[in-house]
Amino acid sequence: MNAKQTLIGKLSLLVVAMFAFGYALVPLYEVFCDITGINGKTASEPVSAEEAIVDTSREITIEFIARPNQQMPWVFKPEVRRMRVHPGEIHIMNYVAENPTLRSIVGQAVPSVSPGRAALFFHKIECFCFTQQYLAGGNDMLMPLQFYVDPALPAQYSTITLSYTLYDVTDQWQPEAQDNLSELGE
Amino acid sequence: MSTVTTADHHDEHHDHKPTGIKRWLFTTNHKDIGSMYLIFALVMFFIGGAMAMVIRLELFQPGLQFVDPQFFNQMTTVHGLIMVFGAVMPAFTGLANWMIPMMIGAPDMALPRMNNWSFWILPFAFLILLMTLFMPGGGPDFGWTFYAPLSTTYSNDTTALFVFSVHIMGISSIMGAINVIVTIVNMRAPGMTWMKMPLFVWTWLITAFLLIMVMPVLAGVVTMVLTDKYFATSFFDAAGGGDPVLFQHIFWFFGHPEVYIMILPAFGIISAIVPTFARKKLFGYASMVYATASIAILSFLVWAHHMFTTGMPVFALLFFMYTTMLIAVPTGVKVFNWVATMWRGAMTFEVPMMFALAFIVLFTIGGLSGVMLAITPADFQYHDTYFVVAHFHYVLVSGAVFSIVAAVYYWLPKWTGHMYDERLGQMHFWCSLISVNLLFFPMHFVGLAGMPRRIPDYALQFADFNAIISVGGFLFGLSQLIFVWVLIKCARGGEKAEARAWEGAEGLEWEVPSPAPYHTFDTPPEVK
Ligand code: HEM
Ligand SMILES: [Cu+2]
Repeated sequence: MNAKQTLIGKLSLLVVAMFAFGYALVPLYEVFCDITGINGKTASEPVSAEEAIVDTSREITIEFIARPNQQMPWVFKPEVRRMRVHPGEIHIMNYVAENPTLRSIVGQAVPSVSPGRAALFFHKIECFCFTQQYLAGGNDMLMPLQFYVDPALPAQYSTITLSYTLYDVTDQWQPEAQDNLSELGE
Repeated sequence: MSTVTTADHHDEHHDHKPTGIKRWLFTTNHKDIGSMYLIFALVMFFIGGAMAMVIRLELFQPGLQFVDPQFFNQMTTVHGLIMVFGAVMPAFTGLANWMIPMMIGAPDMALPRMNNWSFWILPFAFLILLMTLFMPGGGPDFGWTFYAPLSTTYSNDTTALFVFSVHIMGISSIMGAINVIVTIVNMRAPGMTWMKMPLFVWTWLITAFLLIMVMPVLAGVVTMVLTDKYFATSFFDAAGGGDPVLFQHIFWFFGHPEVYIMILPAFGIISAIVPTFARKKLFGYASMVYATASIAILSFLVWAHHMFTTGMPVFALLFFMYTTMLIAVPTGVKVFNWVATMWRGAMTFEVPMMFALAFIVLFTIGGLSGVMLAITPADFQYHDTYFVVAHFHYVLVSGAVFSIVAAVYYWLPKWTGHMYDERLGQMHFWCSLISVNLLFFPMHFVGLAGMPRRIPDYALQFADFNAIISVGGFLFGLSQLIFVWVLIKCARGGEKAEARAWEGAEGLEWEVPSPAPYHTFDTPPEVK
């Protein structure tokens, strides 16, 4: 009888633990991808512009892709489609955003780098994707991205594609966070 | 294995049970509950089957003729959910309820009251699921795999009910699994050591552990879908920092072990039937146990073979390709053992044996197409085509379902006390065998030629094969009516079955009279 109860107890514990494990997979996945960079996610915080040594011996092609999500009415595109850079050089790239509707909309850009493992070597000093972007109806704006490619980028990568998807997040708008950012000096 | 005592006739106070509906509502008897599970599974098999008929009717010809695409998608989704969670899984649980206590010499399941609950919540789960089809917006239409964002951003308003019903199914399976484990661990008759347990008991024990490990993960992932859709979380929503690919990882972490949940008990059944009709001991008993355990462990390491095309890095592609192919090894051991058991056996070919033989051949075909799918570069072409549909129907219909049918024919004399009608049974077998291949074999061809799965219409060049597939489908559906006829006939009467209904049958369940009395093994048998 007692053996039975302890077994039931242990099995129930296992059930609870596995339920928790299902949820634990969410942060685990995040950490795993951060470390390995395998799903092409770039860091969500700026890196400081180190005095990186510019490696003039090779050039990397950076391709820029930008598209609004289906439910996002903005026009959203990079100023140029591609750029050739030396690793270590700091570059600025502008994205054009235009809100053709009559209402104000808040956008959030989500980056993805391909090939995925190159994400670890693509550093952003400043990016519009770090915060939500507010744009009144009928207006347009330039959204800057400042980046450099790590000279440690393995030799097998010669092209990096940076893709942004822009989402309408008006219902999750957090103006306070935006205020902090303008203090940071924009 | 033999028993010294088989005291099955008890004092009357044991046998008085409520009559009518109350008997079934409140029963805690493992045989009653087993029967209810089996009947429920059969009903669900026909409901899910009716949906398959709608699908095949629409696909009989190219173009849209009978149903609109959204309803078509609801049919594929609910068909899948019902067959997996409503037909195959409850049928195995029903067999476990009936047979495990008798096979290990226990008087009942360890937790009879919980047993009653785990059955009776099931009909409600499926009632809710089926109800959604009649609600505004319709039922779930995102596939049985409910990938986000189809099930979150793009799903209809009945998704909450879908989630709720999956929760109930999960709770039912988990309770059933706990019951099976506690019964097997604590209630074996004296002398029934681990390595004397029938393989059906072994495979179910391992299946129950798989259930306990993965059903909570399924519960977690549907809950995330629920909160993403209704409570503004963003587990799978990239706009909020989530990742839709994460959904697939969590789902398939459940999903791949789940497919083994649906096949391990089948291995146990075949390992019971083949020795009986070959009149030889099972070849390689111990290797069967170890193969089952290693399949179960490996099944946690292969989930991403469903996700080769999601853009994984090369090392992950290779890892999951190799682990998946590795699973074919213990599976091959099993097939080898069954064949070796038959080698030079004095075989006869009654209906259970016929279904078992068909299982061995057709399941192996399904395993082979699985190995083809496991080849990563090849899967880039096969993924999401009818080739995948052919693969999993070979392993699930001519695999899992055939094993269940074989088990029913095999133990029916024990349950009803009558032999079934052999001539009708053979007719059922041959009709099923021919139609199942007519139905699923051409799916390989249209799949290889590029016909995508889950679409209501297709390019003209697939028309002939689809017409053949549909005819096969209708015939397979009709053939199962013969099965119902056999079952009813056998329940009503027929040639009296002996305690050991099959000449070569071994095991404690054959030591008790047929039909098995309401209570068996109140005093445990002594197993030598
Ligand atoms: C040798 C053994 C097996 C191998 C190597 C194998 C391999 C695979 C692979 C690679 C896929 C993914 C195909 C794709 O989506 O492109 C797949 C799908 C599937 N397999 Fe298997 N499999 C095996 C056995 C089984 C068994 C025993 C079952 C169930 C009883 C099963 C059920 C399924 C199901 C249901 C799917 C499709 C899931 C879906 O996308 O809806 N497989 N299999
Ligand atoms: Cu799988």
